[in-house]
Amino acid sequence: MARTLINVPKTAKAGEVVEIKVLIAHPMETGFRPGPNGQILPRDIVTRFACRYDGEEVFAADLSPALAANPFLTFTTVATRTGTLTFTWEGDNGFSQTETANLVVEA
Amino acid sequence: MNLSPSPAAGTRRAFLTRAAGFAAAPLLLTAWSGRAAATPEAMAAAIRLFTGGAAPRPGGIRLDLPPLVENGNSVPLTVSVESAMSATDFVRRIAVFNEKNPQPHVAVFHLTPRSGRAQVTTRIRLADSQVVVAIAELGDGTFRTARADVIVTLAACIES
Repeated sequence: MARTLINVPKTAKAGEVVEIKVLIAHPMETGFRPGPNGQILPRDIVTRFACRYDGEEVFAADLSPALAANPFLTFTTVATRTGTLTFTWEGDNGFSQTETANLVVEA
Repeated sequence: MNLSPSPAAGTRRAFLTRAAGFAAAPLLLTAWSGRAAATPEAMAAAIRLFTGGAAPRPGGIRLDLPPLVENGNSVPLTVSVESAMSATDFVRRIAVFNEKNPQPHVAVFHLTPRSGRAQVTTRIRLADSQVVVAIAELGDGTFRTARADVIVTLAACIES
């Protein structure tokens, strides 16, 4: 399991736009660099990130080797009701990781 | 140069040496990077693929990148599109392209009216001083574009 940093406000007002920041520890090996033995290191990147709000996808990103190591994303969503945010990263070599965060929406 | 028959000949010899050096430099660089690199043409082709041939209009979108980057391995990038993000007026996708990394693609962000604001921040790699282009696809199927010139002093290491 890769380490993740997820920054979601604990509470929000209904209809408020909340900013979400996510980071995952991942080398994002580009597949263009030679390793110590001179051979090109195979590509190993996160190819897709998705954020679901109570199961509905509110943000997703298709990533490429041009993203920096430890991919960091900042995006927004509208706080509609108290619920669970699910963050999923998928990548090369069957990489898959899911994390969740709770968002409490006050009336 | 001390043995030159005349100062003029010395200058000429030095000039020819340097000229040969300059001529060889691009060849060496090409051989050294050794792999197919994205070019402005490859970027244009990738953009055509994204827009389906539609011509994106400038305006209504901002691409924020530092103009001078010291480390190409991690360059902060922010794209924001002017949009109400309502059910009828929203941004469907935002794509970022570059012209000199090994591949023209950087990322494609998928947004929905529930995104609230059409603004995304991330960190990217840049292999060289180049132009970065952002294209936004709006809900009505039109495209907006913005570009940014970036000078990179330490490139994202392709070779090591």
